[in-house]
Amino acid sequence: MQGSIQLEISRRVLLISSAATIAVNGVVTRDAAAQAAGSQMNNTEVSFVVNAESRKLNVDNRTTLLDALREHLHLTGTKKGCDHGQCGACTVMVDGRRINSCLTLVVMHEGDEITTIEGLGQPGNLHPMQAAFIKHDGFQCGYCTPGQICSSVAMLEEIKANIPSHVTENLTAETKTTPTEIRERMSGNICRCGAYSNIVDAIAEVAGTKA
Amino acid sequence: MNPFDYLQADNASNAVKLASAAAAGKYLGGGTNLVDLMRETVERPDTLVDVTDLSRRIEARPDGSVMIGAAVKNTALAADRTVRRNFPLLSRAILAGASGQIRNMATVGGNILQRTRCTYFYDEASRCNKRDPGRGCDAIDGFNRYHAILGASPSCVATHPSDMCVALAALDAIVHLEGPEGVRMLKLVDLHRLPGGRPDIETELRPHELITDVELPALSFAARSTYRKVRDRASYAFALVSVAAALDLGDDGNVKDVRVALGGVAHKPWRALKMEAALRGRAATEVNFRAAAEGELSDAAGLRDNAFNRTRQADDRCRPR
Ligand SMILES: Cc1cc2nc3c(=O)[nH]c(=O)nc-3n(C[C@H](O)[C@H](O)[C@H](O)COP(=O)(O)OP(=O)(O)OC[C@H]3O[C@@H](n4cnc5c(N)ncnc54)[C@H](O)[C@@H]3O)c2cc1C
Ligand code: SF4
Ligand code: FES
Ligand code: FES
Repeated sequence: MQGSIQLEISRRVLLISSAATIAVNGVVTRDAAAQAAGSQMNNTEVSFVVNAESRKLNVDNRTTLLDALREHLHLTGTKKGCDHGQCGACTVMVDGRRINSCLTLVVMHEGDEITTIEGLGQPGNLHPMQAAFIKHDGFQCGYCTPGQICSSVAMLEEIKANIPSHVTENLTAETKTTPTEIRERMSGNICRCGAYSNIVDAIAEVAGTKA
Repeated sequence: MNPFDYLQADNASNAVKLASAAAAGKYLGGGTNLVDLMRETVERPDTLVDVTDLSRRIEARPDGSVMIGAAVKNTALAADRTVRRNFPLLSRAILAGASGQIRNMATVGGNILQRTRCTYFYDEASRCNKRDPGRGCDAIDGFNRYHAILGASPSCVATHPSDMCVALAALDAIVHLEGPEGVRMLKLVDLHRLPGGRPDIETELRPHELITDVELPALSFAARSTYRKVRDRASYAFALVSVAAALDLGDDGNVKDVRVALGGVAHKPWRALKMEAALRGRAATEVNFRAAAEGELSDAAGLRDNAFNRTRQADDRCRPR
């Protein structure tokens, strides 16, 4: 174990020192970046399951999960709004938990199970949350909607798992699904069209509570 | 983003070895801050050592203390039964921060070492002593609503943005570290530095030191505690000011013991020791709370956009809920 780590390190140091020859003052130039990106060292093979299908990608380590889904797997339902974790348009589920796919590298998801809006339901076979968004007019332009829907499906599971929120009054009691809870827990999904009240109605209907 | 090598560590010692072997190695937690900073090329590591598979344990010990692995997700820590019951200020602080999605990704170690949200720090076109030592600071005469009123320097007026760390500071949390020279411990309040003349040096960590665990020492009155945060919108915004407080009241209505820490006001989570001393043994009245808060802020200095913070803070703390 120890020996193999040593070996691994010296191999990496060698690679790094050769890479260093193309870097000036620690700042990698655009050309150098492009060259280095092609090298073994900055690429990784990732296998994961996306919407119940096994996928394998060889990606530049810099690729975010969002870009891998959209650009490599052509699953364009997941949207890029801000690319900084500020809007929630890129929300997907990883092993059932909602995350912002723009802030995570795809290489961090070896073996994970990823669900995007395409995996939740399709035309003719809608997820109850998708149907509720349509029924309640939970969108206008629709850009934030895939993120809203993935987020809300996982959010209801968080309440079921008794994960509290900022507005939970009693931290030691079971958490409840109230409109106030729904609003706070959905604050990571911004809607520029302001469809918020209909979004809460749609989620409340799926949760079986009155908004 | 500059190219980098990606490695995974299965234990702390390997993580330290891998990171120290690289020319510019960095640990990767949830990535919610680091990936963003790498995209802006503010951070330029040549190697990322993923430490999210290290300890995810939360261990409640018989003596009332709690050990928290550095890879524990923020959501998991906030939802932990023992923490909710015995250290509610910590659950509340975490839940007041970021969004459900981000808390599901963010780790305890990464939260502690997240970097300031000063907009000029992110913007390569502006002058920033933290990013580019010696270049100047565009925040001092710029947009500084979110900037420091305590412990700032002419070099940098940035704040530490973490909510969780404010609760950890109030709780006297101990950070366990492992580095190339071995293991050691630091109190959380001693981990972050004030900016002084070197705002680019943000912590007392030595090169490649890894946070392995965070320990909450037992505190008899921590169950009587909370966290309050003032921000520009009701949710999903950084603190303009926040307070973590725990209070031990005697039968006579006097303060037996108290812990207070402030967020959003300084380059580090601010433990309000002056305020605590002013309150111990005194009657728990609004007048005394207000006077103690004013005392803590006697050295506070406002900038163009954040001077409101002085009053806001004193008021907020005193108002009974
Ligand atoms: C839109 C948005 C809003 C936010 N709002 C809030 C808010 O209101 N309140 C709040 O408190 N936070 C907020 N955050 C910040 C968020 O809490 C942090 O980004 C998060 O906690 C960082 O954790 P991470 O695991 O993702 O760290 P990473 O991004 O992975 O790492 C951060 C730093 O820590 C280092 N690091 C990680 N783990 C270790 C370790 N074990 N040992 C040593 N070094 C390590 C990394 O090298 C890096 O320098 C917000 C973030 C975003 C994007
Ligand atoms: S306040 Fe600090 S981080 Fe912000 S621009 Fe000035 S030096 Fe940089
Ligand atoms: S695109 Fe990811 S949060 Fe906005
Ligand atoms: S429907 Fe347009 S952004 Fe939400």
